[in-house]
Amino acid sequence: MYPSSIDTSERSVGEDGLPNFPMQRCPFAPPAEYAEIRKKPGLSKVRMPDGAWAWIVTRHDEVKQVLGDNRFSTVPSTPNYPMIAPARASLLRNEHPPTLIRMDPPEHTKHRRMFSREFMVKTIEAMKPYLNDLVDRLFDEMEAKGGSCDFAEVFALALPTTVISHMLGVPYEDQEYFHERALQKLDLKADPEVPLRAGREMREYLDGLITRKLEATEPQDDLITRMLHNYMLPGHITREEALATAELLLMGGHETTANMIALGCLSLLLHPDQKDDLVADPSLVVNAVEEMLRFHTIVHYNGPRVALEDVEVGGTLIRKGDGVLALISAANRDPGAFDDPDRFDIRRKALHHVAFSFGSHQCLGQALARAELQIVFSKLFQRFPNLKLAVPVEELEFRYDAFVYGIEKLPVTW
Amino acid sequence: MKITVDMDKCIGAGLCVVAAPKVFAQNDDDGLVIVLDENPPADQHEAVREAARLCPALVIHLQDDND
Repeated sequence: MYPSSIDTSERSVGEDGLPNFPMQRCPFAPPAEYAEIRKKPGLSKVRMPDGAWAWIVTRHDEVKQVLGDNRFSTVPSTPNYPMIAPARASLLRNEHPPTLIRMDPPEHTKHRRMFSREFMVKTIEAMKPYLNDLVDRLFDEMEAKGGSCDFAEVFALALPTTVISHMLGVPYEDQEYFHERALQKLDLKADPEVPLRAGREMREYLDGLITRKLEATEPQDDLITRMLHNYMLPGHITREEALATAELLLMGGHETTANMIALGCLSLLLHPDQKDDLVADPSLVVNAVEEMLRFHTIVHYNGPRVALEDVEVGGTLIRKGDGVLALISAANRDPGAFDDPDRFDIRRKALHHVAFSFGSHQCLGQALARAELQIVFSKLFQRFPNLKLAVPVEELEFRYDAFVYGIEKLPVTW
Repeated sequence: MKITVDMDKCIGAGLCVVAAPKVFAQNDDDGLVIVLDENPPADQHEAVREAARLCPALVIHLQDDND
């Protein structure tokens, strides 16, 4: 465990003149300051909203180094864990038990491995006929709207929400309830009580669902039921841990992919030449999806860490107990890793991006996310060749203040 | 080329399977890595190097023949 004797008081005073974090981002780019900070030798410090300071890591290789090194903890109760907003601090400090993304090895490894099988590449491959049919059905529903709709809600949110409900065995009819709470949990500007209450309500909701699954006379064939029978009932995890994981998968399985579908669609609408290339050569979709993931890097404030030992990164000695922000959104715009990184280019080789993070916490559902995105963008503009933005791009509202970046509405016509 | 993997750290992310499907697979029971060919032929070497670079848990280790 982490020694409790480390004095944090002197860390939040002195050091005047540090840039404040978070910084203002643009609709299609991380904060301009990241590029300036990246040019400076070594690592730089930033001032967090609570007054503490943290190292900021912006280069691709160094972000990978930090995220891939288990000497950096992801447990939010560790002193100096960088909290990007009071709402975030309130949520992370009061999450009991924590979800597996906020555990360190070996505890993390134990919990994560219970679910690797559910999301492995061939499991997802086997789901592709289902995903293909579902995408077609949702395109039918979109078409039935008549000629215009909010693509973000009607399609981009509906697809991953339906998929994760199906996989987990969560009733789709409840999607409004859990989506609303997901947005509240992710709102960085919310009153600190709001994400806490939303998280509590999510777990209460899932607790009722678990009860119903345990009482079902015929066990259902879904991930939550398998988790209950394989891990909870034999005593490998507690009911509270099962709830935490169910909540994590439900949150992670819909809000992220929904935002990627909407932003990916917007990027292609804003680059019609590349959209035409993709329609002419559907094999480009694999690259195109990686580029969307890199370019938008929607989990834009990941990942906060705390050094558990002294570690040198980029010529700077990070001391045991220091807070670190290894920013995947900065890494994915590093010209040292991607030529002309601020250009959206579906032909670039971008598979080495870190949009799903890196290290042992890299996204569990990445194969599913890729499958959903690849199927959507191999079909969308074939099905709706005249798809266009219904409003000027300047009128679109982006979720600057959400932990998962995205777009409020994407009005389109076809 | 000789491939070794550190099973203790594997998290079953599956990027090795995406990069080099002829050389890596995932175990049905736990999703963790299976090396199908520890000494892959030359036409797989680039894909295997990509798999090692992409592996988020850094568990794929390669030894070249001339080492």
